[in-house]
Amino acid sequence: MAEEVKENDEKQEFWRWTESNWKNPDLKWEDAKIITAGIDVGSVSSQAVICADGEIFAYSNMRTGSDSPESAKNALNYALEGTNMPESRIDYCIGTGYGRVNVPMADRSITEIACHARGANFIYGNEVRTVLDVGGQDCKAIRCDEKGKVINFLMNDKCAAGTGRGMEVFADLLSVPIVDVGERSFKIKEEPTPVSSTCVVYAKTEATGLLRKGWEVNEVLAAYCAAMAERIYSLIERIGIEKEFAITGGMAKNVGVIDRLMKIIKMDPMKTKWDTQIAGAVGAGLFGYTLVQKGKGRK
Amino acid sequence: MKGCDLILANYGYKDGSGEYFITIDTDKCDGCGKCVEACPGKVLEVGEDQNDPLNENEVAFVTEAERKKIKYTCGPCKPASNRPELPCVTACEPNAIEHSW
Repeated sequence: MAEEVKENDEKQEFWRWTESNWKNPDLKWEDAKIITAGIDVGSVSSQAVICADGEIFAYSNMRTGSDSPESAKNALNYALEGTNMPESRIDYCIGTGYGRVNVPMADRSITEIACHARGANFIYGNEVRTVLDVGGQDCKAIRCDEKGKVINFLMNDKCAAGTGRGMEVFADLLSVPIVDVGERSFKIKEEPTPVSSTCVVYAKTEATGLLRKGWEVNEVLAAYCAAMAERIYSLIERIGIEKEFAITGGMAKNVGVIDRLMKIIKMDPMKTKWDTQIAGAVGAGLFGYTLVQKGKGRK
Repeated sequence: MKGCDLILANYGYKDGSGEYFITIDTDKCDGCGKCVEACPGKVLEVGEDQNDPLNENEVAFVTEAERKKIKYTCGPCKPASNRPELPCVTACEPNAIEHSW
């Protein structure tokens, strides 16, 4: 009996979030002059965005597999699914993200820094001045102007502590579905002391220690979210924070970390109807549009 | 007219021992490449502006491989006592390079 329970436990992947795709039903791509695609192959997730004359027509958000070129293809196919648009209709395709050099159909690659600033400018509006992107294994803080042009940036990719993948490992360890981590971290009586290390390896040891001491799962989650918020803050502190503040990437969906971070910097984050994970791919798609328009869309 | 007179690219990292960043003002940098020649550690490189695809001028940046270890590569230019001017900073005529440590 005990073994059977264990087997069921193993089947549930607490870290997994749902993949999605979307298309704009009101936009007729047949009428568009320039169709561009942006593909963001990150360390944990991959997104593809199809832009028709600078408007988002369709997008997909998936998990990156072990094969980057394959992940890029899958993301693009998933975005095109149900749109009747053939892949050959895409005039220009830009790859971005950690695996940008491994996007086989890309005509050009652009760094995720430039793409996130441009994408945030589109999905949050041009009032954005500071963009924080917390991705799967790195963290970027970007200051940009009203056109989405980067004016100051900093990227921390030396260590994955305090990033999305760390949160996934943690959710799995505590058997809490990743999407519930944020809310459950507030179901506590008193805010606990943050864990001393956000390092994924040490955090696991620390979490196990706290659980053995008798802490509730929610309290451990709160302690970890708070530590992540502090770590992210130490990074953005260097480039300076200016209003308006927007967060992109998967961590923007975790209220446990974001609310605590906002309490530290005493600001309200901007809201958007778009999926925050697609910002990089949106930026890439829009850059493609600008480059083609300017006649610089060299193949 | 330019919208902003500072375009800063920070390359480096922060770890338990301190902050190690090389900041290049890509608005001032004219891509002359003198810093590349001056640097004994081959930390710098000149090429297409990776963070502004619409900028046509070439700029200096810290090579991808060095970004995560500049604390060590730049070490020989930064003795603990009697520290001379850094060769990259001295070589840069428009004063576009700055070190945080």
